[in-house]
Order: sequence, then C-alpha cells, then structure tokens
Amino acid sequence: MNFWPIFKKEVRSYFMSASTHVVLTIFLVLSGFFFYTNMAWFEKTNVTGSASIVSGLWLYYFNDLRFLLIFVLPLLTMRLLAEEKKLGTIELITTYPVRDTEILAGKYLACMTVFLVMLAGTFVNVVLVGLIWDFSEIAPIMTGYLGIFLLGCALIACGVFVSSLTDNQIVAATGTMGLFILFWFLTWNEAMGSDELIRVLIRLSLFDRVFDFLEGKINSKDIVFFILFTGFFLFLTLRSLGSRAWKGLK
Amino acid sequence: MIEVEGISRHFGSILALKDVSFRVEKGEVVGFLGPNGAGKTTMMRILTCFIPPSSGVAKVGGLDVTRHSLEVRRKIGYFLERVALYPDMRVFPFLRFAGELKGIGRAGLKKAIYEAMEICGLEQVRNRVINNLSKGYRQRVGLAQALLNRPEVLVLDEPTIGLDPAQVSEIRRVIKGLSGERTVILSSHILSEVSMICSKVIIMDKGRVIAVDTPQNLSALLQKRLSTYVQIEGHPETVMEELKNVTGVFKVESEEKVSDTILRYRVESQKGTDFCGELNALAFRNQWILREIKTAEMTLEEIFFKVVAKEGKS
Repeated sequence: MNFWPIFKKEVRSYFMSASTHVVLTIFLVLSGFFFYTNMAWFEKTNVTGSASIVSGLWLYYFNDLRFLLIFVLPLLTMRLLAEEKKLGTIELITTYPVRDTEILAGKYLACMTVFLVMLAGTFVNVVLVGLIWDFSEIAPIMTGYLGIFLLGCALIACGVFVSSLTDNQIVAATGTMGLFILFWFLTWNEAMGSDELIRVLIRLSLFDRVFDFLEGKINSKDIVFFILFTGFFLFLTLRSLGSRAWKGLK
Repeated sequence: MIEVEGISRHFGSILALKDVSFRVEKGEVVGFLGPNGAGKTTMMRILTCFIPPSSGVAKVGGLDVTRHSLEVRRKIGYFLERVALYPDMRVFPFLRFAGELKGIGRAGLKKAIYEAMEICGLEQVRNRVINNLSKGYRQRVGLAQALLNRPEVLVLDEPTIGLDPAQVSEIRRVIKGLSGERTVILSSHILSEVSMICSKVIIMDKGRVIAVDTPQNLSALLQKRLSTYVQIEGHPETVMEELKNVTGVFKVESEEKVSDTILRYRVESQKGTDFCGELNALAFRNQWILREIKTAEMTLEEIFFKVVAKEGKS
C-alpha cells in the first residue's frame, strides 16, 4: 500500500500549520483544566481517604475527554480532504498512479497520529497521579484510554467523510461537530420514541459505548462496533471520492 | 499511442464533449486549439483519468482509461491548467513527494528530480516555499512534476498561460525539445504558439472537433483572407449591397457610423482578388466618396475565431 508518501506529507503539514498547534494547545489546556477540577472534586469528596480513584477521578476525567473530542476532532479532520479540493490538488494527486484507498489511508493515519500525540500529552496526568498516589490501578486507566482511542478512530473516520463532501473547511468542521452532537444526543431522548426504538438506538450509540471501557471492561462487541463504525465511514468516504468523477466539476 | 473514439461527456445538462475522436501517434506533439469552453480541459481530464467519459472509448498506450486507470496514470505526466500545488511545501520536497507517488524508486528519485529541475530551471529555488514563488516559477514547478521520470505521455493544459514573454519562449523551447522521444498533448488558445511547437493541430469548439491538420496547412488556409477598412460616404444600404456583390468578398460589416451617410465598413475578402480596384470602380459608378481605405492582414487569432464561429453556426 503506497500510502506512506501521503502519510508523511500530511503529518508534516499538520505539524507545520499553526491551526494544529492551536487545537492541540486548546485540548491540552482544557483537558488539564478538567483534570484539575476533577482532582479537586475527588479530594473534596474523598473525606474518608479510601474512595476509589478510578470511579472518583478517572471516570469523570475520561467523560470530560469524551466530551472534548466532539469539539476538537472536527478541527483536526476538517482540512483532510476539503483543503485538497479547494487548492485543486485533488486533481493533482488523483491523476498520479495512486489509489483512492491509499490516499485515504495516508490521510486517516496522519490524523490518527496527531490524535495520538494529543492523547499522549494527557499521560502527564497519569504520571502525576501515579507519583503522588500509586500505580496500582493502572489497568482501568489503560482501558479508559483504549476506549477514548477507539472512539477517536470512529469520530475521525466520520470527520474525514464530512471533509470529503465539501471544499470549505469551516463547513466541514461545523458539519462534523453537528453530526457528533447528533450522535451524542441520539439516545438521550427517552420521551421521543417507543421503547423498541430506544433499544435499537442504544445499540447504535457511539459515545455511550465508552462507559464500559472507563470501568475497566473491554467488551469485544464494543470493539467490533467501533471497527464497523469506522469502516463504514471510511467506506462512505471512498464512495464520496469516487463520486467526484460523476458530479459536475468547475 | 492515444486513441479516442466517440467520447462524449456531460455535466448535468451541459454537454462538454460531443462525439470526439482522434488519434495521436507515438512521439507526436499535438496541439488542442480552441476558445475557452471548447472542451480541451475536459478531454485532458478524461485522458489523465481524473473523470470518466459519459460514453465512448479513450485509450492511452492501448490501455482503456476507465478499465486500467492505474496503469494509464503511470504513463502520464499531467500539467494542470490550474497549476495546483501545495503552497506550504518547498520545491524540492514537493517534487520528492510527487516522485514517490509516481512510484519512482528511491534509487532513481534524486536523479529524476534533479533532471526535472534542470529542464525547468528550478535549481535556484529548490528550497523556496511554493507560496512565495512568482507565478512563472510556480508554473515551472507544475511542469517539473509532470516531467518527473520522463513519462511516455505528457498532457499539458495551457502550459504558457500567464507567463511573461521570456518565460513563454523558455517553456516552448522545453516542450519542443521533448518531442520525438515522448508523446505530447498540449492545449492552447494561441494559434501561433501551437504552430511553433506542434506537428498536428486539433481544433475544438463547443465540445466538437472541428478540424485536424498540420499547422502549416491551417495557416495557409486561413491566411488567404484580407481585411479592408473603408469609410464611404454614400447611401448605407446601397453601399452594403454593392460591396457584398464584389467578387472575392466574404463579408461586409458596418463598424462605425460617422454620420448619416458616412459609415465605416469592414470588408473581408480573398487575398489575390483586387478588392481596392473594384472598390474604386464601384465608388466612381455610384458616386460615393471614399474617405478612408486601410488594409489589414487578419491576425491568425482573428481568423481562427471567425472560422470557429462560422463552423459552429454551420
């Protein structure tokens, strides 16, 4: 798979652009702030000194991270294909002997790389807690990160799809954010539909799936769901890339 | 090398290409000539596998562009009309990126890049950010990426547009130098440029192929016309009528109204016929006063567009 040149170029492009650094900074500042407030809360409620740090601190922290992704990931994914369309370079690279799947793979993996760097920045919190507390309950933290990571995979796939639909990055970002918020609220409205509908929707829920990971459980059905969700949106992106040939062009 | 048969392409309700057919032999330099909107870029986009045709067959090196898209793209170097480049990349890394995507192995990559840069005169700017380059240099970068690793077929969409005269002649020289070993298709709306570089010209308008011929034949055909501007004092309708009846006259148009009886006319006639002599005789017979007679050779462009317009109406 000849995705490597595209991957290299995209990663370099990400880290050379100011917007990426702004987004990373915002994420790290906010996640750090959330960590601080959660820590303060934990300290306050941990009167007896024996509360579980996992359910008292990390659960809330990962929840906040989960929420943060809704606003931060679209800002990373918006440029992936929209920019190429705007610059006209989509015509350049698609007339090179490289497959659409390779282009998509390179771009998707580049965004994943930035996402991983972003997440890695939060490890400092883990280290801090470990140093002050202990590292005994590291497993739920690791699974928590796994859950967030899988969620990120799925959301980025969604984001790259929306980016492929437009040549305007702002439209891509807001559209992606809107879609994420829709996914978030999909299972919240018990009053809106029948019981059966709610049951079906819960099965399809994206964000809620992370809870088990946060408690230290790794369910194969959750992993499969994330993989399928990711695959579905990557498939849609390929369709979208292919359809440019059929729609009108400037 | 390139066979196109019955290619049509529509975008919604607009028919951009209508039943286009032509052949390009290996080593030929062929020019697509036509006004904007003629379909040149669309035809090139089909050949480079950017968009598929709505109907018809296009083959490059015997391979169908829709069925063997990847192999076809390996044979082609494409210069985009839009000169799409990555503005935040520097020249050398960009060419390396292009080379890697084109599948040039690591061993030959540097050599291929240096070769392309040398041909396009980019050595001085190899480390400049593309966004900071002048338009001429950006166009050279676009050309360099197309030339990388000597592709069998070069598709150049308006390669000299927007350049200053020195750069234009430079690029033309480069393209001319490539002929023989590689097959080149280029598009332009400047007939003189096409005559200079190409061995064959395909004229297009409104999505159709109007003429295919060598530049020499086309020029000879088109230069048989002469334009004469006359200011005649005389009854306008009679003047127009009489002028049209002169042997060898193709067209009479009134260009300007100086006064009720004095109009400026433009007469297109066949070279070799003595229009001025006939005009004088007419004027004497009808008692017109000739206030101005000016002959002008039609520029190749003017002739071309008139021919295209005429063919389009027929």
